[in-house]
Amino acid sequence: MNPSYITLVAVLIPLIGTPFIVLLNKRPNYREAVTLLAGVILFLVVLSLVPIILDGDRPEIVLIKIMPGLSLAFKVEPLGLLFALIASGLWTITSVYAIGYMRGHQEENQTRFYFFFAVAISVTIGVAFSANLLTLFIFYELLTLSTFPLVTHHGSKKAIRGGLVYLGILMGTSIVFLLLAIVWTWHLTGTLDFIPGGILTGKASKGVIFVLFMLYVFGTGKAALMPFHRWLPAAMVAPTPVSALLHAVAVVKAGVFTVMKVVVYIFGLDLLAITDISTWLIYVAAATILIASLVALTKDNLKARLAYSTISQLSYIILGAALANSWGVIGGSMHIVTHAFGKITLFFCAGAILVASHKTEISDMKGIGLKMPFTMGAFLIGSLSIIGLPPFGGAWSKWYLVLGSLEGGHYLAVMVIILSSLLNIAYLLPVVVNAFFIPEENIKSSIEFKEAPLNCLIPLLLTALGCIILFIYSDPILELTLKIGGH
Amino acid sequence: MVTESHLPILQIIVPLVAAPLCVFLRQKTIVWAFALIVSWITLAIAIINLRCVLDQGVLSYALGSWVAPWGIEIRIDVVNAYILLLIAIIGAVILLYAPSSIYNEIPSDSHNLFYSAYLLCLTGLLGITATGDAFNLFVFLEISSLASYALISMGKDRCALMAAYQYLVLGTIGATFILIGIGFMYMMTGTLNMADLATQLESVKNTLTIITAFAFLSVGISLKLALFPLHMWLPNAYVYAPSVVTAFLAATATKVSIYVLLRFIFTLFGTDFSFETLRLDAIILPLALIGIFVGSIIAVFQNNIKRMLAYSSVAQIGYMILGISFVSLNGLTGGIVHLFNHALMKGALFLIMGGIAMRIGSVNLNDMRGLGKRMPVTMAGFILGGLSLIGVPLTVGFISKWYLVLAAIEKGMWLVAILILLGSLIAVIYIWRVIEVAYFQENELGEEREIKELPLTMQIAIWLLIVSTIIFGIFTPLTLGIANKAASLLLGVSL
Repeated sequence: MNPSYITLVAVLIPLIGTPFIVLLNKRPNYREAVTLLAGVILFLVVLSLVPIILDGDRPEIVLIKIMPGLSLAFKVEPLGLLFALIASGLWTITSVYAIGYMRGHQEENQTRFYFFFAVAISVTIGVAFSANLLTLFIFYELLTLSTFPLVTHHGSKKAIRGGLVYLGILMGTSIVFLLLAIVWTWHLTGTLDFIPGGILTGKASKGVIFVLFMLYVFGTGKAALMPFHRWLPAAMVAPTPVSALLHAVAVVKAGVFTVMKVVVYIFGLDLLAITDISTWLIYVAAATILIASLVALTKDNLKARLAYSTISQLSYIILGAALANSWGVIGGSMHIVTHAFGKITLFFCAGAILVASHKTEISDMKGIGLKMPFTMGAFLIGSLSIIGLPPFGGAWSKWYLVLGSLEGGHYLAVMVIILSSLLNIAYLLPVVVNAFFIPEENIKSSIEFKEAPLNCLIPLLLTALGCIILFIYSDPILELTLKIGGH
Repeated sequence: MVTESHLPILQIIVPLVAAPLCVFLRQKTIVWAFALIVSWITLAIAIINLRCVLDQGVLSYALGSWVAPWGIEIRIDVVNAYILLLIAIIGAVILLYAPSSIYNEIPSDSHNLFYSAYLLCLTGLLGITATGDAFNLFVFLEISSLASYALISMGKDRCALMAAYQYLVLGTIGATFILIGIGFMYMMTGTLNMADLATQLESVKNTLTIITAFAFLSVGISLKLALFPLHMWLPNAYVYAPSVVTAFLAATATKVSIYVLLRFIFTLFGTDFSFETLRLDAIILPLALIGIFVGSIIAVFQNNIKRMLAYSSVAQIGYMILGISFVSLNGLTGGIVHLFNHALMKGALFLIMGGIAMRIGSVNLNDMRGLGKRMPVTMAGFILGGLSLIGVPLTVGFISKWYLVLAAIEKGMWLVAILILLGSLIAVIYIWRVIEVAYFQENELGEEREIKELPLTMQIAIWLLIVSTIIFGIFTPLTLGIANKAASLLLGVSL
């Protein structure tokens, strides 16, 4: 098949699955089979693009001209491919997990859940493959809308409030800042295409570029840069598979992916380096990293702690972009991958604990490691990867981020990365220590439970394994990230 | 071909002749079928006319073979061909919806009168748009206005009479102002033909009389198009009118008035006179912005959803006027395309409210609990229409907003650009209120009464409009392309 069409097919595969999901409402096994099948096919299709991209080809397809000069178009480049690989690969794993979780937890409206989940993935692939800012914006907004029913899945008062914060911040920032920035860019340059080296060079004064840059960064609410991070903890009312895939991988990564894309393909690293307009972002990202880590320390609810940890980790990627050098971009892009594996493992574990023991608070999880050794073992691996220790994937991304900071002479950034790794240890490892080494209180009142169902357990072991594999076989990913920006 | 050369006048004559005939058709199915056929013929004519205009340029038709500027001229260029198409589409689609809806709202022995008034109103609106004669425009304005007063007063609630009366008083003031304006122009130039007026006015423009005429016309038209703060008649008229009438008027009447404004200030008076000598933009730009915010904010606090949508209309009219006030190609394109787009979405939303009123007997927010489950198809339509109102990408609302923001940025009006975007956030709030109640709140009364989905004809009408808000949000050559041509014609710039 012509590679240009593969991009379109990839976006359509989950969508094609949706009518079957709805039709098979009454037969859950077949319904979930559709999701799994779509997931596997999607992943293989995306995978088939890897050699093409490594060869230097950039397949593209223009679907519709929406407005004169502005079209809905897809174009695959290394960064987008990387994002699509993560999203599609983890979708399949998450689907297996979701089957165990949703049934184990006896959730209602499962058809609606799988339906919107598939739509969200389709839209995420759309974000990853978008060829211009307009297409990116369209799918960015659709992602907010399609994940909204997932956030409010329980329909409780808390879910509605969470949903409102979610919708309010994500739509608010994207409509007021991001759309303004995009229209402004269009006015200045007459194009919105992602072009290596950027499109803004020489088109506007330094002041204008500075303001535009701010609009883009804060307009991408999904990147959860402070002060627009509140939606992420609020979204934790969603069922755990949603938190795991969407709010640790797809949605948040769509945010940092947008920032990265804009930095590399709209502004261009050279422009940012020469004009020095992204330095302030290093400080904001550093502040977000530290503050979110500190907040995470105070959270006793495991999902809330992981949410703040995500906010903190996302700013690593923003930091990589703000460094405006190629090590920074490589480190940031790799962190998209390694953090995805680490954090999804942790969320899977949190969900498995919930399904097996109905516990949500860390202080209640004393001694839980003895009853759920595999789950908590995976939690340990995920934590270590997030902390950035070898032999786990997270080590590489932090390594390159430190390299980028040193190259730019930003010693403060180096300090922040080191300090934050210590904070990671402080908020993640106590969970494990708690689980394995502190005996359970109140043995009488405790309910007997064991490991979560296999459907939950296998995915989290797989992603934990992924954290290790990412360390050993990091070359293919490095190769892809090296090609970002046309190098 | 003979008929083809008569098409411009047939646009008006067909519904005009059909309207009185309706009175004689007592059987309500027959009268509906008759009106429906007439409206779809009108639509076909509008489509052919638009195609002719796009191929050949301006269509001119001398009524009774009295050549312009002495006789009455029907003059269709790309601007009014576009508006004619809009009116004809809405007129035809809404009639599809009408019978089931008015069954509950209008006594069955006066259905024939309803259809007659409806076709007359349609005639008036088409006439205003098609005519090339200023006085003739006033005549059609009165035809459509009188018919719409009658239509509004047919509402079930007794307040409908009061609302119609209020509209009648304010509408008449507006029409009188317009007539005075036209009179002054006639006094100075001795002609009523608009194309002729445009050239004749050139030499007398700086006289006090013409400036006064301009003032009367712009205030009179602003009243008819419900520009803030002259919108007072609109909410009540929309709320108490029968559902069909609300949808029809909301989608067409104010739009036609905006067309009249465009025609007078751009074609007759000219851009230089209207915006450089008299600085009309300095007045309408702030009014449009205030209208956007006041309308949207009031909408947020409404319990009656028809009233909420009515105030939303006041805000949306603000967007159209804002586009005009930029006096630039992109701004005007945005204003004109929003005129078309808003008609589709607001028409659909009012039709949906009509359907809900029919099924649950109320359009109050409190009564809509759990409606998402009980009328899933209809409420899905509401969500899509609402997204369009907000301006989410892939809906028509996004296209309008894109052009308006772009125009503001081009002019360096940063604050205005931000205000446009903030305005759409308020739309998020008022649409959300309905969705929250319909989807996240349970109906306390339980399922005492089984609520059925709407009948097929109503669904078809609703979904024709809803689907078109999405199609025209993706494939834009028809809506945006023609709006762009119309804007360049009005501004006198070549593309």
